[in-house]
Amino acid sequence: MTTVDHKRLGVMYLWAVLLAFLVGGVFALLVRLELMNPGEDFMTAEQYNQAFTLHGAIMVFLFIIPSIPAALGNFVMPLMLGAKDVAFPRLNLASFWVYVAGAVMAVTSIVVGGVDTGWTFYTPYSTSTGGAVTMMTLSVFVLGFSSIFTGINFIATVHKLRAPGMGWFQLPLFVWGIYATAIIQVLATPVLGITMVLLIMERAFNIGIFDAQIGGDPVLFQHFFWFYSHPAVYIMILPGMAIISEIIPTFSRRTIFGYRLIALSSVAIALIGFLVWGHHMFTSGQSALAASIFSFLTFLVAIPSGIKIFNWIATMYKASISLNTPMLYATSFLLLFGIGGLTGIFLGALSVDIHLHDTYFVVAHFHYVMMGGTVIAFLGGLHYWWPKMFGRMYNETVARIACALVFIGFNMTFLTQFFMGSQGMPRRYYTYLDQFQPLHQFSTFGSWVLGAGLLIAAVNLMGALRGPKNAPDNPWGGTTLEWQTQSPPITHNFAGQPAIEHNPYDYRYFKVPSDAV
Amino acid sequence: MSQAHDASLIMQDGHGDGHGEGHAHEHHPFHQHHFTTMEQQFDASKIGMWLFLATEILLFGGLFVGYGIMQSRHLEAFVAGHHHLDWKLGALNTCFLLISSFTMVMAVWAASNNRNGNKRGVLITNLLLTLGFAGGFMVVKYFEYSHKLHDGLLPGKFFSYTGPDAVPNMFVFFSFYFMMTGLHGFHVLGGMGAITYLIIRSIKGDYSSEYFTPVDLIGLYWHLVDLIWIYLFPLLYLIT
Amino acid sequence: MSTHTDTLDHSGEHTHEHGWKGYLYILLILLLLTVITVGAAQVNFGSSTANVVIAMTIATIKASLVALFFMHLKDDKPINGLIFVSTLLFLAVFLGFCLVDADSRWDTRPATYKGPLDQPALPSLNVDAAAAPAKPAAPAVAPKH
Repeated sequence: MTTVDHKRLGVMYLWAVLLAFLVGGVFALLVRLELMNPGEDFMTAEQYNQAFTLHGAIMVFLFIIPSIPAALGNFVMPLMLGAKDVAFPRLNLASFWVYVAGAVMAVTSIVVGGVDTGWTFYTPYSTSTGGAVTMMTLSVFVLGFSSIFTGINFIATVHKLRAPGMGWFQLPLFVWGIYATAIIQVLATPVLGITMVLLIMERAFNIGIFDAQIGGDPVLFQHFFWFYSHPAVYIMILPGMAIISEIIPTFSRRTIFGYRLIALSSVAIALIGFLVWGHHMFTSGQSALAASIFSFLTFLVAIPSGIKIFNWIATMYKASISLNTPMLYATSFLLLFGIGGLTGIFLGALSVDIHLHDTYFVVAHFHYVMMGGTVIAFLGGLHYWWPKMFGRMYNETVARIACALVFIGFNMTFLTQFFMGSQGMPRRYYTYLDQFQPLHQFSTFGSWVLGAGLLIAAVNLMGALRGPKNAPDNPWGGTTLEWQTQSPPITHNFAGQPAIEHNPYDYRYFKVPSDAV
Repeated sequence: MSQAHDASLIMQDGHGDGHGEGHAHEHHPFHQHHFTTMEQQFDASKIGMWLFLATEILLFGGLFVGYGIMQSRHLEAFVAGHHHLDWKLGALNTCFLLISSFTMVMAVWAASNNRNGNKRGVLITNLLLTLGFAGGFMVVKYFEYSHKLHDGLLPGKFFSYTGPDAVPNMFVFFSFYFMMTGLHGFHVLGGMGAITYLIIRSIKGDYSSEYFTPVDLIGLYWHLVDLIWIYLFPLLYLIT
Repeated sequence: MSTHTDTLDHSGEHTHEHGWKGYLYILLILLLLTVITVGAAQVNFGSSTANVVIAMTIATIKASLVALFFMHLKDDKPINGLIFVSTLLFLAVFLGFCLVDADSRWDTRPATYKGPLDQPALPSLNVDAAAAPAKPAAPAVAPKH
């Protein structure tokens, strides 16, 4: 409970975010169940609003933002750098307990009044409605500190705790991704903090900033909110991409194609990502000039992502590929994130967005990037690093079956939603016209398949923990430093001080151990 | 144990396996073991503090953005509102904070040149002076706030001023006045607490030219508090 | 071969070796600039935008002095200055875009509206209301130049 060891904190974070994923997932299943039939089935309209709000808020703030950086990043990154720990281990511990405090507050808000504003808390509804909005926004404020502390820690760690010989362009790409994520965490989260404070002030004291009734500007809230929340989606995807950059070279037994471009593209996404927030507000009454600029910049931010996809594919071309579970998740990522990213471009086109804004098309788009992207990458990373973290191998066959179910279920659920959205089905509606029912039902069936797949994957991973700690140091033949120590690593990570002589992923010099799969 | 060809584990004396391995170097008591050298630890700590300051700049920055938008929206109200602020008190507070920044950097200078305790007195004195000027700032703030309270010039729904120059939407100006100076004052109080902590540890003799990181870092924080006020003062008190 | 690292590194010395009088001069300049700030505020430079720009420029000069000398950015490793400057840049982007966009919306309440506890000033959206909603009066805020 008071450990400052990054490995143990990573595992503590892992259990916490998995629990949050479970709670958020249950809300998702409830939402989809309600949508089997038009009209109010087992929830009233008000309860439905609460269900999708809590699904969104829990998934965004309690699960996806901390997930890869705090759970996997904490565990793996110092190992990859050849360091003994992160720069500020006590800050790391503080970050965890602040997360727990924020999570408790968020759950409390569910119990004491509920929140039905949507996870985006748009004014004027959020400033005038009842419920536990203040408690929930306060919890978001607290959770923001956890994210900031993690970001500060990781940036300082990457700058100062690299092993001798590890220059910036010898860093594993996972580190580049986490580093770029940390920059966003530090720069964007405080704006979310002040936005939440201002919202609470408006609710409690009528200060007059967002409430049009008293002269405020509700669209200003949207500017404030999305200035954080758009970079936040890059906090979500960059670590996922970072994991893919690790898995693909390892399971292709090939050095990554275009290392520098992938590294720099992470930073480019982080920086350009700060300039596109207005694309969430195309229909909110922004000036036409602002909207056009944001649309253009949105197209621009897709370019670095595209560079990554092409480089990963080029890495796999004529390589010696083994389709273990992590690689299955990585290849799924290529397709699903490809679809998600592409549909983001559709939405970035101003004229198209006018029709698609607030429809299921948007819902499908962000689930493809967040779930088809980040969650798939997270699962891939879990399966990749599970032996390193816990010293046990899981059942590969069961894991592959789970992966297949997740892939099929995910597409069943969300591909349908593109069609629904383009035909006009609005989002956040508990009811709908009869013509949409077959699509809604198919989507709900898909959610059950998806849920089953996730459950099987979880049970498989957890079940592996009961076995003996006999995983090899390097089961996959990875070249990065975490594989040069035991599974799980000793307390101080390495027996001596590792020093770097070659670039990462350089399979010309790397001898794959005989006990690798 | 697998053979690693791209990373050779040079068997240096990592600090994890004990100190008595034939090296006679002394360990500074505040040296954290995951750092190889004190300098590395100091540099990392500084980066960490600057990153934290970045978050503070963006936090206050949000308030500045809100102020900017609202001022352009309710120009008359903001002008009317600011006439109720006493620029002389604001200027006095500015001087207090500037001088306290000076005494703070003097404290850092003293700590970093403190060898064998020869500057300990200077360090403590300057920290006390910094604390004193900060206290002065808060006292002036108290007078300003109580005057506003007396006149009903309060934020949001508490606004009850009905003087001859009352203009619609004046409450918005005072919402921002209290939020910005209030958040700033809260940070001043936090800084005072941190400086008190430094004073206690300075008296104990913990800081010297080998290790004065906390003095430097809290100094940076204190300068940021000053920086924010450098912008708040003209914006709230002076601009017409 | 192991390298003996000197943990008694005199890490801070090289940045603070100069005497303390420099800090005093900076303080005096800062106090002088404060006087100038107050003085400049009495002068109307034409438009309120110009007034703001002048005041913020003087403030920025003061801030730069504090950052470069009191916060030692001048002598530090460049990463610290980079963090500081890039933060300000992002803040400028945020502020800039919001200000540019603010012109597209304005306060539509009538000029007689007094305060938050007054009755709602905007037309009611209640479709059951017998009377048609009253048209809002001209914008209460004079247009920005």
